[in-house]
Amino acid sequence: MELTLWTYEGPPHVGAMRIASSMKDIHYVLHAPQGDTYADLLFTMIERRGKRPPVTYTTFQARDLGGDTAELVKKNIKEAVARFKPKTLLVGESCTAELIQDQPGALAKGMGFDIPIVNLELPAYSKKENWGASETFYQLIRTLLKEKISPDEKINPQRWKELGRRPKVNILGPSLLGFRCRDDVIEIQRILSEQGIDTNVVAPLGASPDDIERLIDAEINICLYQEIAETSCDWLKRNFGMEYTTTIPIGIKNTINFIKEVHNKLDLPLSNKEELEHKSKLPWYSKSVDSNYLTGKRVFIFGDGTHAIAAAKIAKEELGFEVVGLGTYSREMARQVRATAKEMNIEALITNNYLEVEDTMKRTSPELVLGTQMERHSAKRLGIPCSVISTPMHVQDVPARYSPQMGWEGANVIFDDWVHPLMMGLEEHLIDMFKHDFEFVDGHQSHLGHTATKVKTDINSEEKENQHKGGIIWTESGRAELTKVPFFVRGKVKTNTEKYAMSKGIPEISDETLYDAKAFFG
Amino acid sequence: MISLMSKVEFNKETGPREVFCGLTSIVWLHRRMPDAFFLVVGSRTCAHLIQSAAGVMIFAEPRFGTAILEEKDLAGLADAHEELDRVVNDLIERRPEIKTLFLVGSCPSEVIKLDLATVAEKLNKRFLGQVKFVNYSGSGIETTFTQGEDGALKALVPLMESSDEKKLLLVGTLANNVEDRFKKIFRNIGISNVESFPPRQSTELPKIGKNTKVLLTQPYLSDTLRDLKHRGCEIISAPFPLGIEGSTKWLLAAAKTFNISELKVHEIIAPLISRAKLALESHKNILKGKRLFLLPESQLEISLARFLHNECEMDLIEVGTPYLNRDLMKEEINLLPDNTKIVEGQHVEKQLDRVRESSPDLVVCGMGLANPLEAEGISTKWSIEMVFSPIHGIDQAADLAGLFSKPLKRNQILTSKTLVTH
Repeated sequence: MELTLWTYEGPPHVGAMRIASSMKDIHYVLHAPQGDTYADLLFTMIERRGKRPPVTYTTFQARDLGGDTAELVKKNIKEAVARFKPKTLLVGESCTAELIQDQPGALAKGMGFDIPIVNLELPAYSKKENWGASETFYQLIRTLLKEKISPDEKINPQRWKELGRRPKVNILGPSLLGFRCRDDVIEIQRILSEQGIDTNVVAPLGASPDDIERLIDAEINICLYQEIAETSCDWLKRNFGMEYTTTIPIGIKNTINFIKEVHNKLDLPLSNKEELEHKSKLPWYSKSVDSNYLTGKRVFIFGDGTHAIAAAKIAKEELGFEVVGLGTYSREMARQVRATAKEMNIEALITNNYLEVEDTMKRTSPELVLGTQMERHSAKRLGIPCSVISTPMHVQDVPARYSPQMGWEGANVIFDDWVHPLMMGLEEHLIDMFKHDFEFVDGHQSHLGHTATKVKTDINSEEKENQHKGGIIWTESGRAELTKVPFFVRGKVKTNTEKYAMSKGIPEISDETLYDAKAFFG
Repeated sequence: MISLMSKVEFNKETGPREVFCGLTSIVWLHRRMPDAFFLVVGSRTCAHLIQSAAGVMIFAEPRFGTAILEEKDLAGLADAHEELDRVVNDLIERRPEIKTLFLVGSCPSEVIKLDLATVAEKLNKRFLGQVKFVNYSGSGIETTFTQGEDGALKALVPLMESSDEKKLLLVGTLANNVEDRFKKIFRNIGISNVESFPPRQSTELPKIGKNTKVLLTQPYLSDTLRDLKHRGCEIISAPFPLGIEGSTKWLLAAAKTFNISELKVHEIIAPLISRAKLALESHKNILKGKRLFLLPESQLEISLARFLHNECEMDLIEVGTPYLNRDLMKEEINLLPDNTKIVEGQHVEKQLDRVRESSPDLVVCGMGLANPLEAEGISTKWSIEMVFSPIHGIDQAADLAGLFSKPLKRNQILTSKTLVTH
């Protein structure tokens, strides 16, 4: 049993709903009690969808448990098929139904429908949302394509040449409630099309079961979000020989690497290599003198595996930040996140517990946080600027404007989204410096509201509490000097100075000690 | 299954539903009693439901959480009890400010028959004098949405001490400002000993006994009411204090029990009524003659239908309610216009068919249905707002009407009616 106050991922059947709702001509009969219908609002309120998710909840009640819940399942399946006329039916159960073991998938298969039925077994007490989405997508593809497997015919990624047409690829992984998927798809399709590559199918977002059956018309698969599509890509590779890309095109370097990977797999010459770097403004904006102040900014990163790894690479290599913390809630991607962290000489944080994330955030005293909406709230409490880079989805993460994370435009969006909160941070600092000027005496309202001020007070009161910590005392001059340090690094400076004083056996911290410590730590 | 009793038409419907479960009421209960903690014993779905409905992220540390059952807990029950013990210990250690801990049962905990009562009993012994433990079920196989509050309050009744002191007890969570207004009005009409249940602190439970006169503020508390009756309390029969009419009758019923004349009540509330009528006017202009369809969710539907018809002159197409306690609702039902169609339960697809066929001007529904209906060009009001907003009492009548007039007004302002949605 695990105490959870807040969770990054929902249960696995919500993952299945993400696949069903992303697609056309599919219906999902979910053996579940009425309360589980809350999940509809994730789509209609958060994603602002004008359509109900294609889900029928069997709505069993306590009084049904003594009787025949299996009959109830069959009744709902029958009604749903008659009403919605899906081309493929998904059948599964949520946590409670799993306990009563009616096996709705098997029941559905015995009802004599002439449509494919996908039996979803998603263990609710051990797995989570992304796993559920991945498994559902895989089971759906497997059901619809397994009869087309031929042991001696494998798809040659270069067959487009013989077929006398442009190469075709599938884009796999984008789904509803995925971070900026809607716009990433447009951006990636635009890039591929510029390179003379056609998109065969995008799935699950916008695809129908017919489209799934057409997947094998393409030469290769683009695995756009590993969390959702890797299992499916693996299966398509094993059974049809379809190669798939592993580079996630977020950031300039990886967008270029992605394009190269696609060209290599298709054996398509890359003619515009030199042009590529100039397709986004990020490289120049990052190089321009104005961005000097970004150098070495301490950044803390937490999110799903795909976006956290991508963010760490961009932060370090394309913006010149220092990554002081990196973590994920995607246990499935823990190994890769650990490897990326190791490259940056830090230890990865793999956890579901947001309080642990907040503690680590506090300890690493970053100047910028890149995280989920939860880290945005934690950062707000700590008075640190933050930009959101990953699910879980919030209504703010579905902006009206075109706002991808991937490709050239994605890099532009990332530059703005990450740097603007910092600008505000700098503004905050200026306000702090000039706070005695007459314009500011009435209290300038910054975007951080009163939080930043509150944090400062906290630090001051903490100072008093800690005056005798380790026998070290802050003198008047030391304290005065400390208040002159910009608020967002003050905590770090204070800890470092105390650490320095303790190691040198200095009992009193004066303004000079502060400078000594500064020189010592560099 | 149509039975024509009196002048109102009662129907029953079963099928797939689109209604929250009783766990959802934690969202307002934890705000009412800030010294309490609500620990759901359930699945990741339960945790996800509550955080999706409650906007948990705004709290540094929320006063509710879920002990998520894992595979190993399902293997053997003895294990699950020990595990729950451990989780509770950790929680109390981390949050020493907790005075009352509600162990809240869920669908999975009910199905595996996890005995939360026994767990609570044991914990009560161990934490005697520090934390009180009570348990109830908010499971969706037994309760809908607001019924969770009924379970939580019923669980507190045994902890209420006895007293023969004469008092008026308001039962059901009210917004603090509304509660203060009611207390002032009661004082003015001559009832000064008024207490509320749930109280603002879980440790300050009112004492009850044969001279306690119970007046319900919410229509979803039938189990609590039954237990209060068993403790000797007298139940005052009244409609619910929504709108001018409901609030007036509610106040009059209380006054009658305390032998206070109707004249005295009218004298006190007359100025309130005239200013409320004035405030109601602009909303009535928008709502008048508009056709209303209420889908079942908050259990407030019958009272809302009565208010919106009698005071705002809306026409009622259908009044859905998750379940119907005819005894508890009889005063309300008597105030409904002839031929009102009440539908108990739900078959969401068939009901939506009726919504489309009847082309209503406004549909009251849950959050899962609101945007899809808006996309079809049907104005909606989501019902969860009713349980978060201060809507009770004469002074709030216009605010209550405003919740319904606003979507219609907005629809008039916005020029695009047919929309391509995404």
